[in-house]
Amino acid sequence: MKIRIKFSKYGIMKYIGHLDMMRFFQKAIRRAGIDVKYSEGFSPHQIMSFAAPLGVGMESRGEYMDIEVLSMTSTQDMKAALDQAMVEGVEILSVTVLPDNAKNAMASVAAASYLLQKKESDYPVDDLSGKLQAFLSQETIPYAKETKKGVVELDLKEGIYELASDGPDAVRMTVNASSSGNIKPGMVMDAFCSFADVEIPAGSYQIIKLETYTDLAGEFVPLDAV
Amino acid sequence: MRKTALSEEILLQVEKPARYIGNEVNSVVKNREDVAVRFAMCFPDVYEIGMSHLGIQILYSMFNSWEDVWCERVYSPWVDLDRIMRQQNIPLFGLESQEPVKDMDFLGITLQYEMCYTNILQILDLAQIPFLATERGEDMPIVIGGGPCTYNPEPIADFFDLFYIGEGETQYRRLLDWYVENRTQGGTRQDFLRGAAQIPGIYVPQFYEEMYYEDGTVKERRKRYEELPDTIRKEIVTDVSDTYYPLKPVVPFIKVTQDRVVLEIQRGCIRGCRFCQAGQIYRPVRERDADVLKRYAVEMLQSTGHEEISLSSLSSSDYSQLNELLEFLIEACGRKHVNISLPSLRIDAFSLDVMSKVQDVKKSSLTFAPEAGSQRLRDVINKGLTEEVILKGAALAFEGGWTRVKLYFMLGLPTETEEDIWGIGELSNKIAATFFETVPKDKRVNGKVQIVTSTSFFIPKPFTPFQWASMCTKEEFLEKAYQTKKGIMEQLNQKSIKYNWHEADVSVLEGVFARGDRRVAPVILEAYRRGCLFDSWSEYYKNDVWLKCFEDCGVDIGFYTTRERSDDERFPWDFIDCGVTRQFLLREWKKAQEGIVSPNCQTQCQGCGAGTFQCGICPTAS
Repeated sequence: MKIRIKFSKYGIMKYIGHLDMMRFFQKAIRRAGIDVKYSEGFSPHQIMSFAAPLGVGMESRGEYMDIEVLSMTSTQDMKAALDQAMVEGVEILSVTVLPDNAKNAMASVAAASYLLQKKESDYPVDDLSGKLQAFLSQETIPYAKETKKGVVELDLKEGIYELASDGPDAVRMTVNASSSGNIKPGMVMDAFCSFADVEIPAGSYQIIKLETYTDLAGEFVPLDAV
Repeated sequence: MRKTALSEEILLQVEKPARYIGNEVNSVVKNREDVAVRFAMCFPDVYEIGMSHLGIQILYSMFNSWEDVWCERVYSPWVDLDRIMRQQNIPLFGLESQEPVKDMDFLGITLQYEMCYTNILQILDLAQIPFLATERGEDMPIVIGGGPCTYNPEPIADFFDLFYIGEGETQYRRLLDWYVENRTQGGTRQDFLRGAAQIPGIYVPQFYEEMYYEDGTVKERRKRYEELPDTIRKEIVTDVSDTYYPLKPVVPFIKVTQDRVVLEIQRGCIRGCRFCQAGQIYRPVRERDADVLKRYAVEMLQSTGHEEISLSSLSSSDYSQLNELLEFLIEACGRKHVNISLPSLRIDAFSLDVMSKVQDVKKSSLTFAPEAGSQRLRDVINKGLTEEVILKGAALAFEGGWTRVKLYFMLGLPTETEEDIWGIGELSNKIAATFFETVPKDKRVNGKVQIVTSTSFFIPKPFTPFQWASMCTKEEFLEKAYQTKKGIMEQLNQKSIKYNWHEADVSVLEGVFARGDRRVAPVILEAYRRGCLFDSWSEYYKNDVWLKCFEDCGVDIGFYTTRERSDDERFPWDFIDCGVTRQFLLREWKKAQEGIVSPNCQTQCQGCGAGTFQCGICPTAS
């Protein structure tokens, strides 16, 4: 049976990297006594996959991972058992049974929404809302991405589905998060800074992932709504 | 929400911020208003090493089981954070409260190896506590040292208010009670130390003075107060099945060296290898009951979620209930997909059978520790292992499918000759030959066998029969390693043998610290001031700086290392009583020189002196 678990990660836990989060959950699943399925061989591991890695320093209210179990009583019991195995800064938000033919979490990801919350002051931009609109209505949104092979010129326009201010100290966006066209929120912010000719250091705002979406017949729905 | 001592900017800048934030599963957070004593427990090395240490987990859980005590963990900030803390004047903090160590009542530092000594000074420095115990004010934490290195605490005596000699489970309650009582009475730091010096196992170095002869050897020790004890007797848990054990050990977020449940099956060792300090200072051997261990295993796997469990002891094959315990673990762990990592077991049919059940034979390797290349020298060091046993074990293993063998030897042992060194290559070669004789060509995996032969350099340690022995110079060590390499190269099967050897510089320094006295302390302080830190990490070890510090401080390395001691020389550590007597050690030293083997505790009691503790194997030994 395939199970999808939605969780949040915040506060002190934002310093824990992706691989360590996987280790944390492997141990938590054992502590919770979940009858999880293991791979074969001499060093069997739990069948577990994450929707997308979350960078160190980021918070999230919409992280997902899939596991396979051999047996379970109910999703409520499983959530209660997992709750007991958590630490401050990780919260189980939902436990859902997936249809057998469901794609795995990682393959399902199409988009993600983020909140970029300014930490100590407002964004240093007059008419933030208007400037974001003007930024988004450009014909192209060029972005020079640095890769191992050198600088690659991208156009972010296609992958930004929504971009708006949320008061003077926050920006919301929904962007492509699929494996082929993933856009990091920091990339959008950098491009905006060049456009508006302002400086907003990456460390001056907290990135919070709000939700991870899959594409269901042309519509974005949260990953646990399949 | 939990606060952090370090700002977000710093935490996102340093390597592995998880080392510094606490919040791990099973870590203990108490309300500071509810406790009378706050204890910072420190392992002076990086988090991943320190978190792997069982002793700290035992004491941490014991302290926190007491309602009036809050024990927190402290590890050495890695070099990147070290730099930032100095620049920004950030005081060292406990992981649980994220509050400064200097505001706590005690700072306990475990001393597991000599090469951590400059890290002690880093801890004190970053905690903003004066280096010298005599310069600490009333409001500073009491700095306590514990662990194996306290069996010769003299080189670092100036830096500690007191040392706890022996096993921590027995006297800490009394020590903390006295601390609270003294504080309630309005007593001073000196009052506390004077009272503490009356508690068994507690040594307050500033109350004693060491006097030397003109030739540099120890003449006598003077004590400042009449009531002080002349000798400090080590503390010991008499019944290890009925004591504290960390059933909810802290589970780190990041991968650490020992990322598993650890079951300590026994303390002490019956063997009495003459180079081994642990084999003497932890006597007598005391087994933990198998039923207790089974219960611990189940509870600890449940409370941690670890996917691996390992047994801990000095010689697991000597544990009398090993068979029963392993059968249980294989059954219980197999069901839960828990791996069993086996300690080095004596290689025989039983252990090979067990290993084949819990390991992938093709991927795992077998370990033998003959320690010396010839039977003559193995008799000198009292290592019972014979060539016949090794070759028989190897043949059995090769038949079982193993193709990798690790061999451990020491170079520079007392009485060592060229033939002994040649014997290392020869024995490695015989094991390779055994493979080709045992396994027919068509059954050889990849067609070959892999022997990895490693040598370390022998360092004489206090409370061993070799405490009188001369240690080699760096040049002698390197020549011996060269001879070993040459000896291996000349073997028929040399292509199957890989040779590794240990650094020589750092061994010499370890030799100085191991048998040093109070005159070594200024060198350690000076080396720290000149940037020495993390000396056990070869990439940070600065040998030239160390050598210059010895020279500038006027301390002669050879006095502590190469000098052979006379039978009646007074040693800096003689005031410690670890049970094993000096007469026994001297007797063993003489027997070693004649190449006479001593039977182990199981076979025949040798009257070492540990019998006075009246526990473990001693009351029943023949």
